[in-house]
Amino acid sequence: MTIQLTDIAANRVESFLANRGKGIGLRLGVKTTGCSGMAYVIEFVDEVQSDDEVFESKGVKVVIDQKSLLFLDGTEVDFGKEGLNEGFKFSNPNAKDECGCGESFTV
Amino acid sequence: MSLLQIAEPGQSAAPHQHKLSAGIDLGTTNSLVASVRSGKAQILTDAQGHGLLPSIVHYGSELKLVGAQAQVLEASDPFNTLSSIKRLMGRGVEDIKQLGDNMPYQFVEDSDSKVPRIKTSAGNFSAVEVSADILKVLANRAKESLGGELSGVVITVPAYFDDAQRQATRDAARLADLNVFRLLNEPTAAAVAYGLDQKKDGVIAVYDFGGGTFDISILRLNKGVFEVLATGGDSALGGDDMDHAIGEWIISEAGFDNVDAFLSRKIIIASRQVKENLTNKESTDILIENGDYRWQGQLSRHELEALIRPLIKKTISPCRRVLRDAELDKSDITEVVMVGGSTRVPLVSKMVGDFFDRQPMSDLDPDQVVAIGAAIQADILAGNKADDSMLLLDVLPLSLSIETMGGLSEKIISRNTAIPVARAQEFTTFKDGQTSMAVHVLQGERELVADCRSLARFDLRGFPPMVAGAARIRVTYQVDADGLMSVNAEETTSGVKAEIVVKPSYGLTDSEIETMLRASMENAKTDVVARMLKEQQVEAHRVVEAIDAALAADGETILSSDEFNDIKQARDRLEREIETADTETLKRLIKSIEKSSETYVARRMNASVKQALKGKQIDEVEIN
Repeated sequence: MTIQLTDIAANRVESFLANRGKGIGLRLGVKTTGCSGMAYVIEFVDEVQSDDEVFESKGVKVVIDQKSLLFLDGTEVDFGKEGLNEGFKFSNPNAKDECGCGESFTV
Repeated sequence: MSLLQIAEPGQSAAPHQHKLSAGIDLGTTNSLVASVRSGKAQILTDAQGHGLLPSIVHYGSELKLVGAQAQVLEASDPFNTLSSIKRLMGRGVEDIKQLGDNMPYQFVEDSDSKVPRIKTSAGNFSAVEVSADILKVLANRAKESLGGELSGVVITVPAYFDDAQRQATRDAARLADLNVFRLLNEPTAAAVAYGLDQKKDGVIAVYDFGGGTFDISILRLNKGVFEVLATGGDSALGGDDMDHAIGEWIISEAGFDNVDAFLSRKIIIASRQVKENLTNKESTDILIENGDYRWQGQLSRHELEALIRPLIKKTISPCRRVLRDAELDKSDITEVVMVGGSTRVPLVSKMVGDFFDRQPMSDLDPDQVVAIGAAIQADILAGNKADDSMLLLDVLPLSLSIETMGGLSEKIISRNTAIPVARAQEFTTFKDGQTSMAVHVLQGERELVADCRSLARFDLRGFPPMVAGAARIRVTYQVDADGLMSVNAEETTSGVKAEIVVKPSYGLTDSEIETMLRASMENAKTDVVARMLKEQQVEAHRVVEAIDAALAADGETILSSDEFNDIKQARDRLEREIETADTETLKRLIKSIEKSSETYVARRMNASVKQALKGKQIDEVEIN
């Protein structure tokens, strides 16, 4: 089971963590909500929970709860720009269908 | 695929529910917008990568331009290219007459709302509308950068802004279709930017010298909690004034006789360039072309400093004043924070450093620091932070007072008091049998009602008639966290009540707005003298009324005709002189009445005691 960050994504996560001044890594996850069933979670991590799996990708600690991992295995997280907007992008091989905006997906 | 931002633990938003927010520094010269993304506050730039948006709008007959595109038309089309518009926010026609001297625009008065509008080829625009056009550009930039609609914004305003100016800012935001979480004082925003990034405790002086305003604030920062101890400044002093000082020098050096609006603009733009060049250079060349006439000159930093030193000096006395207001000494200040583009001028930094006896902080870009702080505050208010640990206390910028007899203003809540706050004071009646009382709510520092700003009036009616001074009227002023004020008055012996809510929007079109604090300092002495005179006049009226009442009751029965005439004469003399005599004369006349009526007062006392005891046994008399 793996999750990958691209170089630029890892770089940005490290810079945001440094700016925040605390936190041990990046939490990725899914929650069952949204127009197409599931939505991505991307958060700073202050504490690792007992049901969490911890990976390391490009020097960044990636924390995922076991249930979410089922839906995120093989995902690559990138950081990119679209016009003036910028942010993190998920490429998830498990996602069969996304809502128009791409904020939620079904498996 | 949409672009996601890293949230705080447990704060991830549901799809399409991202709580996007932005902080906007709506400045006199330049405006900025910033937002917190993945926990980091950043200035949002336009497609060309520019953060600063010049606060300039061009209203051409066919085209409306905002920002840099409008700025290039400043010299060629000054009447239709509006800049420094923030100075006009919330101002009435009267104020504009004064301010208008420095502005090339043609003002027209809106017949309905009494709001001054500026005539352009695209129509007449108010300061609120021009500001809304600037806000729209910033809001669109934020929406594009954040990828969605904004749930709300924090807009910063000078600490000096009074209610009408704050309301005008809110109105501009509404016109731009923005939800305002709150207005934040600019220096407070700067402290948020510094305080949270560096987590320092201490007492901080925020010296904000922008394009059009100067603010000085004293803040206490304690474990991430800010308290604003005092604010002051000058709402009509800024980098623009430096440009004007340089411009005047150019005009006299170049020997320009007829400076029309076009040339004036050209000179101001050149002056701004000169000032900026001399930040890093010791000397700079100036070239002005006016038709066929070319003037070339040179200005050294030393010469520039001679021109602008008086302006910078004007910022130092408010620094002294806020220290006094905060009851602090220079040595209590642990940090001096520099905000605003004008603090880049080396002489500013030096003179401020000399005054506070310490090196001012300028780690963050002085142009960006306010917008960054506003963005951080907006992020919290949008609900993106887990623990809402940062509490910002705001203070009243101007005192709230009540009118008392003689047209005097009595302070109920003094300026720099932290809100929310409630204060009560007791008043009484002036005349016998008085059954109602007018409550006139005022804002400002001056001693006389005429010099303060009227916020509201209401009457407390229908309390029982009593002798003068017997009624107990408790007036309570209350200001909630949003700055909304309510006033209630209650006659406590009878329980008769009246109440009013004062909306901050009151007086939006009022022309009375002025730099009140400055006026109160400049007029402190004459105000006190005027107050003493008014007080004596009120006392004189009271004495005349008391004498009249007494003489009518028993003057002829217990006084000889000589005695009666003496008192009557002294009374008439006092009444004649009430409006014309000075304080000392009135005091003397009142004294002389008291003297001539001493025996009368004694006899009245005896008579009333006799009356009370008449026909009573010794044991019937109750002794308290």
